[in-house]
Amino acid sequence: MQEYVLIFRHEDGKEVASPEQMQEWMKQTMDWIGTIAAKNKFVSGTGLPFEEAKVVKATDKGLIVTNGPFGDIKETLGGFVIVKADSVEEAVEFAKGSPVLQGVGNSVEVRKIASGDGIH
Amino acid sequence: MASIKQDTAQLVPHLFRTEFRKITTYLCCQYGLEYLGEAEDIASESFLAALETWPYKGIPPNPAAWLYRVAKNKAMNRLEQKASRRKIEAQLPAADGEDISYAEEEGDQLRMLFAICHPALSQETQVTMALRIMAGFGLDEISSALLIGKETIQKRLYRGRETLKERGIVLEMPTGAALQERLEMVLLTIYLMFTEGYYSETKEELIREDLCFEAMRLAYLLTELPQTNSPKVRALLALFCFQASRFAARRNKNGEWLLYDQQDASLWDQQLIAKGVEWLHKASVGEELSFYHLEAAIAYWYSRPEDSPEKWEAIVGLYEQLIVLKPSPVVALNRIFAVYKLRGAKEAINLADRLALTDNPYYYMLVGELHSELDKPYALECFRKAHQLVHTDADRRFVEKRLQEMGG
Repeated sequence: MQEYVLIFRHEDGKEVASPEQMQEWMKQTMDWIGTIAAKNKFVSGTGLPFEEAKVVKATDKGLIVTNGPFGDIKETLGGFVIVKADSVEEAVEFAKGSPVLQGVGNSVEVRKIASGDGIH
Repeated sequence: MASIKQDTAQLVPHLFRTEFRKITTYLCCQYGLEYLGEAEDIASESFLAALETWPYKGIPPNPAAWLYRVAKNKAMNRLEQKASRRKIEAQLPAADGEDISYAEEEGDQLRMLFAICHPALSQETQVTMALRIMAGFGLDEISSALLIGKETIQKRLYRGRETLKERGIVLEMPTGAALQERLEMVLLTIYLMFTEGYYSETKEELIREDLCFEAMRLAYLLTELPQTNSPKVRALLALFCFQASRFAARRNKNGEWLLYDQQDASLWDQQLIAKGVEWLHKASVGEELSFYHLEAAIAYWYSRPEDSPEKWEAIVGLYEQLIVLKPSPVVALNRIFAVYKLRGAKEAINLADRLALTDNPYYYMLVGELHSELDKPYALECFRKAHQLVHTDADRRFVEKRLQEMGG
């Protein structure tokens, strides 16, 4: 069993305006995590607030701090969950259920977490 | 604190209705009304923060307290610096992390309501701001409640906040004659809030009820302060009690609207009706007969299911007074319906012919109804005209159903 991190990339959640939409989003996310947890394969997760986000960047003029990770790309990192899976395919199946993917252009990146046992 | 229904399915919308205004008001009391815009932003962001946390970590045992804590932290980071100079000038006590007491919080709510109803703001702006701040409505919801564009609403809210700032309006209750004048505005705003909740066509019944109960709560708060507890306030609260008593009966199992005549009267909340009667008695003192009194009295008669001449005679009489005090097409049409119930279709048709509200769908619905027994082809024609004029889906469905029943 390996641990995988599922990284959500989507637009700023401020677009989700009404309490009803928030409720829907929360319900879908909890349902999704619930199905993974039911198989005892949910490890942890968190959202990453867009506000007060900074980027420290190395340039030829030295380190530059900018607001937000938001360069030219529309979608940015909005959160992640860590799951346990027997294979990357299984982790991908988990990722497919994420409500993040309801927005066209959004993505969930699946990455294996280095286990430190030299096998990965 | 108001009890939070631990109904996860509607948790966020419900919390929004109850906590958005508390957070916004609390921050304005701490930092000043000129930070209203920032306070609203912080309240919204606290909900976003919940969205980023709760699905992964679980919903906290006390979600309202969680939101409060997040908002306070955000305010400390963002407003403390901005406000500090002003605070030193004004010798205000520093904002501490202590929870505010229930009574204090209720007082803050009223001060906020009176500030929003300042005469420097137009009636439309007052209602818009009340829906935003006192009821936590978003742009979409205000837009669908008031049937105006989001841009207009945004401008109104912005202008409203700017006016409060420019005029240096602070969160305090006016006194003397100014208080009575302001109270008129406050009552009208609460009345409109309730009306929006009671009649508007948003999807969630719970939201509508929250809005009505919020209006009731504000009216109730006004009855608790000696300087605002006027007969009018009590009449308004009586009206709300009678109307709210029919919440459970207004829709059938499929969620479709039911007319008064079609409702199961056993579902009417007798406790609320009794409360209404009590408030109406308490309102029946003093010199002034307001339209709240008349509407409450009409609502009282409607809360009695029997179809007696006594009932319709009283209602016709009340509508005749109401149409003088607050003339409107709705009042005129309701009066004609009551005349129909009391004296029959012929006399009602005579009155309706004189009214001739030819651009009003409800006029044609009523005239169609009045002719349904006497002249069916004409009745059908009226319902078809109504069908062309209706604005809402519920009204359209209603007219279609009526046409179907009559074989049109």
